[in-house]
Amino acid sequence: MVNSKATSGSAALTGSNEFSRDRPLLEIKGVSKKFGDFTAVNNVDLDIYQGELFCLLGGSGCGKTTLLRMLAGFENPSSGQILIDGQDMSEVPPYKRPTNMMFQNYALFPHMTVEKNIAFGLEQDGLAKTEISEKVDNILKLVELQDYKKRRPQQLSGGQRQRVALARALVKEPKLLLLDEPLAALDKKLREQTQFELMNIQDKVGVTFVVVTHDQEEAMTLSTRIAVMDKGRFIQTGTPTEIYEYPNDRFVADFIGSANILDGEVVSNIEGKVEVTTYLGKFSFKNTSNIAKGSTLYVGLRPEKISISRATSKSKNIIGYIDDIGYFGNTSRYKVRLDNDQIIDVTAQNQKRPKDEKDRLTYEDKVNLSWDNSSAMLLLK
Amino acid sequence: MSSVKKEKKPSTDLRYYISLSADKLQSKWKTIVIFIPFAWLLLFFLTPFFIVAKISLAELVITSPPFSKMIEWVDGSVITIRLVFDNFIYIFDDPLYARTYLNSVKIALVSTFLALLIGYPIAYAIVRSKPVTKQLLLFAIILPFWTSFLLRVYAWMGLLADQGTINNILIYLGITETPIRLLYTEFAVYIGIVYTYLPFMILPLYANMEKLDSSLNEAAADLGSGPINTFFKITLPLSMPGIIAGSLLVFIPATGEYVIPDLLGGGNVQMIGRQLYNEFARNIDWPVASAVAIVLLLLLVLPMAIYQHYQAKAAEVK
Amino acid sequence: MHNERSRFLTFMLYVGLAFLYIPMVLLVIYSFNYSKLVPVWGGWSTRWYKVLFESPEVWEAVSLSLQIAFINATFATLLGALAGLAMVRFGKFRGRTIFGGMLVAPLVMPEVITGLSLLIFFISLKELIGWPLERGFTTITIAHITFSLAYVAVIVQARLTGMGISLEEAAADLGAKPFKVMSAITLPRLAPGLLSGWLLAFCLSLDDLVIASFVTGPGSTTLPILIFSRIRLGLRPDINALATIIIIFVAILVAIAAFIMLRQQKRELIDQQMAARGDV
Repeated sequence: MVNSKATSGSAALTGSNEFSRDRPLLEIKGVSKKFGDFTAVNNVDLDIYQGELFCLLGGSGCGKTTLLRMLAGFENPSSGQILIDGQDMSEVPPYKRPTNMMFQNYALFPHMTVEKNIAFGLEQDGLAKTEISEKVDNILKLVELQDYKKRRPQQLSGGQRQRVALARALVKEPKLLLLDEPLAALDKKLREQTQFELMNIQDKVGVTFVVVTHDQEEAMTLSTRIAVMDKGRFIQTGTPTEIYEYPNDRFVADFIGSANILDGEVVSNIEGKVEVTTYLGKFSFKNTSNIAKGSTLYVGLRPEKISISRATSKSKNIIGYIDDIGYFGNTSRYKVRLDNDQIIDVTAQNQKRPKDEKDRLTYEDKVNLSWDNSSAMLLLK
Repeated sequence: MSSVKKEKKPSTDLRYYISLSADKLQSKWKTIVIFIPFAWLLLFFLTPFFIVAKISLAELVITSPPFSKMIEWVDGSVITIRLVFDNFIYIFDDPLYARTYLNSVKIALVSTFLALLIGYPIAYAIVRSKPVTKQLLLFAIILPFWTSFLLRVYAWMGLLADQGTINNILIYLGITETPIRLLYTEFAVYIGIVYTYLPFMILPLYANMEKLDSSLNEAAADLGSGPINTFFKITLPLSMPGIIAGSLLVFIPATGEYVIPDLLGGGNVQMIGRQLYNEFARNIDWPVASAVAIVLLLLLVLPMAIYQHYQAKAAEVK
Repeated sequence: MHNERSRFLTFMLYVGLAFLYIPMVLLVIYSFNYSKLVPVWGGWSTRWYKVLFESPEVWEAVSLSLQIAFINATFATLLGALAGLAMVRFGKFRGRTIFGGMLVAPLVMPEVITGLSLLIFFISLKELIGWPLERGFTTITIAHITFSLAYVAVIVQARLTGMGISLEEAAADLGAKPFKVMSAITLPRLAPGLLSGWLLAFCLSLDDLVIASFVTGPGSTTLPILIFSRIRLGLRPDINALATIIIIFVAILVAIAAFIMLRQQKRELIDQQMAARGDV
């Protein structure tokens, strides 16, 4: 007894020596938020580490913005705890938190110039005037708006306002920068360009970003890690690759990119090798979890992971007929009807320009579908 | 071990807690912000109201103030509450009051309808104007509202009098030889109410119609609906909230109107607001005046509630 | 929403504007009538202005009304702003429903009822605590504040709702404490609303006859009470002169407001043009 106590004690000691490095910057522990009968955020756990660019991804009403507002301090959790740098935030009002937020529509003060907007936060900290103006100049240089100091927000374009909002939040050097749909108000071209700017800036300043977005492409490009949210819960958390290639849930597979979802039944589970039958044949997965034989689940197959070719007499694989074609220029999307009337989506790169119209796949062509068994995704029910 | 745990807490412990209590102080100002206007309205709006309700149940006595006390201490220990419904019975028994109430409602209803008839096309015309013209026209509609109500009514006295402008013109044109009696008639009261309350009708209508999507009209036209059909099937039903708001804003004050029936109706048009004022000022019968007020209020509770309901709904939509 | 304006609508618009303005134009014209009988034209003259200016009662009434209006507008703006703030920004609090009801009720309450109940209240209060000893200036001002503050609260509420809360949240997020948020963000953004609230309260007070008639006492004659007592007996050329002065006064104020609005619009246009050049 005595012995074990001593070991646990020393473990705590060694742990404490390293906690600045290993301890998460942000810890969300069992946080829920209820508005009356409605549960916006449902028992969420999450750790975010220093330097991450973390995305909360989900459709409207999934609870992502509520979670962000709880981090900023505008809402209080109904239960659970939020810790930043190990400090409990529950009694800390927004104006005392080491976080800053970039608001969805930027929330720039219309009665103040760009300069005043950015200086506002620093003035609240009681910094000296010279220090404030120096910091303001530096941050304006970072977002390349030195020449717009004296303008009011109304006199700026959407992209410029976005950068002022970013600068205003960043200039306070927060431990955590919260961004609520940072790019939603920009048009498509500008949005793509700004994505990279945002990443560059984060790289330069090294501040931890938590971004809320409904745009899956944006989340994939920007983030180091993504949490996919639905109905107030985290469905899956992981790197963009993990989320895309190894979704663990039907919702995630469908929400990020697109997928053919097949009903499957487990026929055997021997030594971590799971065999599943579907109407497209057998799939096997390495899986350590205990999935009972006979249980039903889904198998996901992404359209771009299926290859399509004109069927020849020798073709042994799955045969189908082209029902519909969507031509996107770089790729084409085929809807292939199988013998059992099921439809399978297939995406193919248009690598070559067809020399002859006859070479082009067209409606009612008989085609052969094939895929690498390892690209199938096991999705639990 | 214990030393490690201490390190976990923020080093600025004491300062942290002091600042927390400062926050508590900051949250107290919220209470003050609510309390000041709340107390004012409680004292000067709600309390007077209950006193009126109370006095309407009191007897007239010849003292100052001229009403009996409702709650009295008898033998220093027993409270007797005397409720006297005589004032209400008196109002209901006397056909004069019943007629006056009915007449008030009738005049208010007719004027509201007339104001709607005139106000609706005006509001619609403003909505259909170009942006700059729209601003100017709105200004033009609101401007009379900023000038004196009393003087706007007075202006009509000059128009409607026996030797007034209208009669002068009629005589000059040879339509009539002797002046037509216009002033001190019900007709004059209608004109007065419509004239003074027209902005109250136009503005809610405008606010409502301005929000309607013009593509709805285009869609109706595209589907083969003519302009008149489109108006009755699309525009009119969609502008219903504006019609209700505008109508209530005219009807409610018109029912209790005092100045217009007094100045333009003379002694010939009986309306309840005027009756109440007379009861209080000439007869000095405050209990009856209070009872008249309570009945008038009961009459208007429903329209007021409807108005509130629509306002709340409009606020929610925003 | 523009579309064509049909001929019928245009016609109705002109008729409506004529209906609104012709009586006032006639009022002004007849103020320059020499004749003592208002509708009988006796040639141009300014004699009624002279009569008006030489009447000490008029001056007293104007001075009393302006004082009441000024104090009323200031207090009503203050109280109305607090009330609007409480309703829009403080979420749920105990008694919010009653509070909201009391804020709307004065807007739709018939004046005769408000007037009567306040009068009876003042008298009961005098019985109870011996104050107010005399009715007049103080009681009229209190009565005016009570209904004016509801109007101001409506304006403030509309403005606050329109402003949204994100700017205040942004300020708090940047470290501003509640007081600072109020003074640096909320109040400056609210200022135009407060100004129009003040002006409205001022005008409402100047315009009120019924409530003032109830709660006034001997010797306190406001301008509307004076006008009313004179025109009850018929047309009076000196009242035409007074009306003209009031109309010109209001017209000047409105012209200033229109000028400010136009300048504001022009500035917004320039801002938009500057903004449009940004993303190139």
